[in-house]
Amino acid sequence: MLEHDVLVIGAGLAGMRAAIAARANGASTAIISKVHPVRSHSNAAQGGINAALTDRGDDWEDHAYDTVKGSDFLGDQDAIEVMCRSAGRALIDMEHFGVTFNRDDEGYLGTRAFGGQRRARTFFVGDFTGQALLHVMFEQLIKSGVRRYEEWFVTSLIIEDGQVCGVMALEIRTGQVYAIRAKTVIFCTGGLGRVFEPSTNALIVTGDGMALAYNAGAQLMDMEMVQYHPTTLAGSGVLISEAARGEGAYLLDKNGERFMQRYAPNMMELASRDVVSRAEQTEINAGNGINGCVMLDCRHLGESLIMEKLSQIREIGIDLAGADMIREPIPIRPGMHYMMGGIKTDVDGLTNLPRVYAAGECACVSVHGGNRLGANSLLDTIVFGERSGNHAAEAARSVDYVEFNVEQAVRKEERRIQELLDRPVNGDRIASIRLGMGESMNRNLAVFRNQEGMEESLGDLEQLQERYKTAPVENKGKIFNTDLVFALELGFMLDCAPPIVVSAIDRKDSRGAQARTDYPDRDDENWMKHLVVSKGETGPEISYSPVSITRWTPEERKY
Amino acid sequence: MNVTIRVRRQDPESESAAPFWQDYPLEIEDNATVLDALIKIREDIDGTLSLRCSCRSSICGSCAMRINGQAGLACKTQAAASLKAGDIIEVEPAGNMPVIKDLVVNFDLFWNKIMEVEPYLQPQGPEPEQEYVVSNESMLHLSGVTACIMCGACVSDCTVMEVDPSFLGPAALAKAYRFTADPRDGDDAGVSKERLEQLNGPSGMWDCTRCLECVQACPKGVAPMERIMAMRDQAIAAGLRNTNGARHTEAFAESVEQTGSLDELTLVPKSLGMTNVSGLLSYAPVAIQALTHGKMPPLIHKKIEGVENVRRLFEKVDETER
Ligand SMILES: Cc1cc2nc3c(=O)[nH]c(=O)nc-3n(C[C@H](O)[C@H](O)[C@H](O)COP(=O)(O)OP(=O)(O)OC[C@H]3O[C@@H](n4cnc5c(N)ncnc54)[C@H](O)[C@@H]3O)c2cc1C
Ligand code: SF4
Ligand code: SF4
Ligand code: FES
Repeated sequence: MLEHDVLVIGAGLAGMRAAIAARANGASTAIISKVHPVRSHSNAAQGGINAALTDRGDDWEDHAYDTVKGSDFLGDQDAIEVMCRSAGRALIDMEHFGVTFNRDDEGYLGTRAFGGQRRARTFFVGDFTGQALLHVMFEQLIKSGVRRYEEWFVTSLIIEDGQVCGVMALEIRTGQVYAIRAKTVIFCTGGLGRVFEPSTNALIVTGDGMALAYNAGAQLMDMEMVQYHPTTLAGSGVLISEAARGEGAYLLDKNGERFMQRYAPNMMELASRDVVSRAEQTEINAGNGINGCVMLDCRHLGESLIMEKLSQIREIGIDLAGADMIREPIPIRPGMHYMMGGIKTDVDGLTNLPRVYAAGECACVSVHGGNRLGANSLLDTIVFGERSGNHAAEAARSVDYVEFNVEQAVRKEERRIQELLDRPVNGDRIASIRLGMGESMNRNLAVFRNQEGMEESLGDLEQLQERYKTAPVENKGKIFNTDLVFALELGFMLDCAPPIVVSAIDRKDSRGAQARTDYPDRDDENWMKHLVVSKGETGPEISYSPVSITRWTPEERKY
Repeated sequence: MNVTIRVRRQDPESESAAPFWQDYPLEIEDNATVLDALIKIREDIDGTLSLRCSCRSSICGSCAMRINGQAGLACKTQAAASLKAGDIIEVEPAGNMPVIKDLVVNFDLFWNKIMEVEPYLQPQGPEPEQEYVVSNESMLHLSGVTACIMCGACVSDCTVMEVDPSFLGPAALAKAYRFTADPRDGDDAGVSKERLEQLNGPSGMWDCTRCLECVQACPKGVAPMERIMAMRDQAIAAGLRNTNGARHTEAFAESVEQTGSLDELTLVPKSLGMTNVSGLLSYAPVAIQALTHGKMPPLIHKKIEGVENVRRLFEKVDETER
C-alpha cells in the first residue's frame, strides 16, 4: 500500500516548497507530479520575485500597500500582510538554498523595477528566475528525502464518508492505476491557462487540481479574475516578460507614440497589468495598432543590458516572432496569463474540506484579489507553500488513515479509464473541443467583457461538455499514452471554465481584471466582496465572502 | 508551407515493437517550429503519436529529440530552416537513452547521473544571517550554467556516453561545475575539494574526449565541455595531481616537449599507467568510436619542424618555476 502522512499533488515551486516543509516537520511525505518536477510550469517565470528587504531601507508595509492597490482592493489584507511580512525571510532562504540571484556592485542581492510598485524590489536571476528557483527547489527536494512520484497523473480523489483520504493516479510510463492513501493532501497543481487559447501558459497548465477539489466540494473563489498580460506574442501567445518594461522598454502605437502617458502618466508602462492591458486593447480597438498588436521597443536599452538581463526573452523573440529586440520593436498584445482565483484557503492553506490544503496558483488566499502584481506569484508559491506544508504535517500528527477498499477503488478507476478508451470513433477530436473552449473564452472573457458575450460562452461550454462525453481517444495503448492524458485534462478544463463564466456574469461591476463594458465602474457599495463558487446539483452555485480590510481603506486607483 | 515530418516511431505494445519510420505530410505556418508541426500531427492527424512537450519556449526541457540527426529542442527549431531534400524533416528520439514510446525516452539514467554529483549546495561554514555577499560576475558566470534545463540534448549526442554508459556525461558534469564554481559551496575560499576529488575519479571529468558534440547540441548555451575543462583546472589547482587526469596532463606536456605536438596514441597508456591492462582495454571502444567518426589520431607520431624551440620553451618554464 502506498501511503503517506502528507501527499502533495504538484511539484512546481509551491508543491516542492510544501513537501520540503512537511518533511522537515517529520511527516512522511510524498510528492506526485504529472511531469518531472523541473518541467513544471514555474520554470516559465522570467521576471523575478518580490520582497521588501528591510536591511536596505525597504518596508514590507509598502510592499503590502502596493499589493492591495494592485489587487484593486479585492485582496484580503490579512493574507497580504502575512505574505509581505514573510517575503524577506523566504527570499533569503532561497538564496541560501543556492539560487544564483543577480547582485549589485557591492555583492548584495540586486533588484529591478516591476509594474505597480513604487520601488524596485524584484529580485531576479537574469530573465529566467522561475527556472533558477525551480531547479534549486528540486535540489533541496532531493536532499530532503521526500518520496517522488514523477510522471504520475492524478485522475481522481478517493473520498470516504465525505472525507478526502487519498488519490487515484495513473503511472504514465506503464499505464498502471494506483491508489495512494494520505492523511492530508495539499493541492499545488498550478493554474488553468489552457482553458484559454492562446495563453502564455504551458500545455500542461490545465486546472486539474481546481477541478478535482471543486468536484469534491471545495469552494473556489475570485474565479472571474483572469489576468491578461500586456506583452504576449501574437499567434503562440508566448510571454515577453514584464522585466523588459522593468528595465525601461516602451510601448508604442503605430505612430510611435508612448500611449501610456494618456492612461497612467506617472507609472507609464509600469502601471498595474490590468491597466496596461486595457490601454493596449483600447488602442488596438481604436485602430492604433499594427495587425492587432502594439509595439514593445527595447532598442534604447542597448545591446549589453539586453544581453546581460534579457537574453532569454530576446531568444524567444528571435525564435518565435522573428524579431531581434536589440534592433527592432516586437509586436505584442494582451494575452491570458494568470488565474487570480482558485481553491479558497485560509492563510495556512486549509480549504473548506478537512485535511485538504492548497497553495500556489491553484489556490486563492486571496493575496492577488482582482489583479496580481508581477513577481508576487513566485512569492505566493513559496510563502504559502511552506505554510501549508507545515500545517498539513502538523494536522497529520493527530489523525489516522481512513480505511477504504483499495482493490475496489483501483478497479473502479480502471473501468472509468477503459470506458474512455473504448469510445467509438465518431469523427470528433479532443483537440477540436479544447480549441472551441479556448477560443470562446478568449473571445468573451478577455480584457473587456459584457453580458451577451459571456452568455454566449456559457452556451458554448454546455455544447462542448456534451461533445466531450462521446469524444474518442485515438491511442488505445497503456504505455505513455499522452492522448489519454489530454482527454482527462480536457475534462478538468471543462469543469473549471463554467465557474469562471458564471462568476464573471454575476459580478456586476468592473474591478481589477474584470472590465465590463456594460458595468464600467467599480461599485464598492455592492461589489466589494469575493465571489465564492461551489458545485451544486445543477451547476455552479455562487455565494459571497467579505474582503478582509485591516489598515488600507479602499480608494480610487490611479497610476 | 507544405512539409513532411518523418518520425522514427516505436511502440513497445505492438507485435514487432521494432522502430519504424512514418511520414506525415501536412501544412504548417511559415514560422512554425518543429514542435508546432508535431503538435499539429498529434492533435489533428494521429493521436497515437507520443511525445513530451509543455512550455513551447525552450524552458521546460521536455522536447529534446534528434532533428535531422542532431539533438536539439523541437520548440526552438524553425521548421523552415530544417527542410531536407523533398521538404522532409526527420525526427527521432534523443539518443543514449532507451525509448519508451515514439519520441519519449527513459530519463532514469540521465537523472541517476545528476544524483551522483550530490546536486545541492554544500557550504562548509555557518550560514550568514542575510544573503551571501558574492560578486555579480561570479553569479552571472554561474547563471550561464544554471541556465541548463536538463533537456538531455547533450547526453543524447555525447560520443563517450555512447560507448561508456558509466561516464557521468556532460549534463551531470556541468551540474557539478555549477557547485565547484560557486563561491558559496565548499570551504571559506569557495573551493569544493571533496567534490573535485570525487569527480576526479573514474567516469568523471577526465573521461571527456572533447568531441564538442555537447556544445553543439545544447540549446541554452551551457557549453558543458567548457565547464568540464574549467573543472579540470580547478582540480589541478586544488592539488589533485595523482590521478589519471593529472597524469594525462603531464603526459600531454611530455609529448609536446619531446615532439612539438600531441601524440594522442601514447597519451592514453601514459595517463592510465602502461601496465593498467584492464584500464587500457576499456579505452578500446572509444578508439573504435573515434576511428569510425574519423577522429583517430595518426599511428606514427612525427615531430614537428623546429621542435627544439618548443623544448626551449619548456626549459624556460622549468627555470622560472624553480
Ligand atoms: C510565462 C510566465 C511567466 C511568469 N513570470 C512570473 C514572474 O516573473 N514572477 C512571478 O512571480 N510569477 C510569474 N508567473 C506566474 C508563476 O510562474 C506561476 O503562477 C507559479 O509558478 C505557479 O506555481 P505553482 O507551484 O502553483 O504551479 P506549477 O509550477 O504550475 O506546478 C503545478 C504542478 O502540478 C502538477 N500537476 C498538475 N496537475 C496534476 C495532476 N493531475 N496530477 C499530477 N500532477 C499534477 C504539475 O505537474 C506541476 O508539477 C509567470 C507565469 C507564466 C506563465
Ligand atoms: S565534449 Fe566531452 S562531454 Fe561533451 S559530448 Fe564530447 S565527450 Fe561528451
Ligand atoms: S547542458 Fe544544455 S543540452 Fe545538456 S541538459 Fe543542460 S540544457 Fe540540455
Ligand atoms: S516544449 Fe519546453 S523545452 Fe520545448
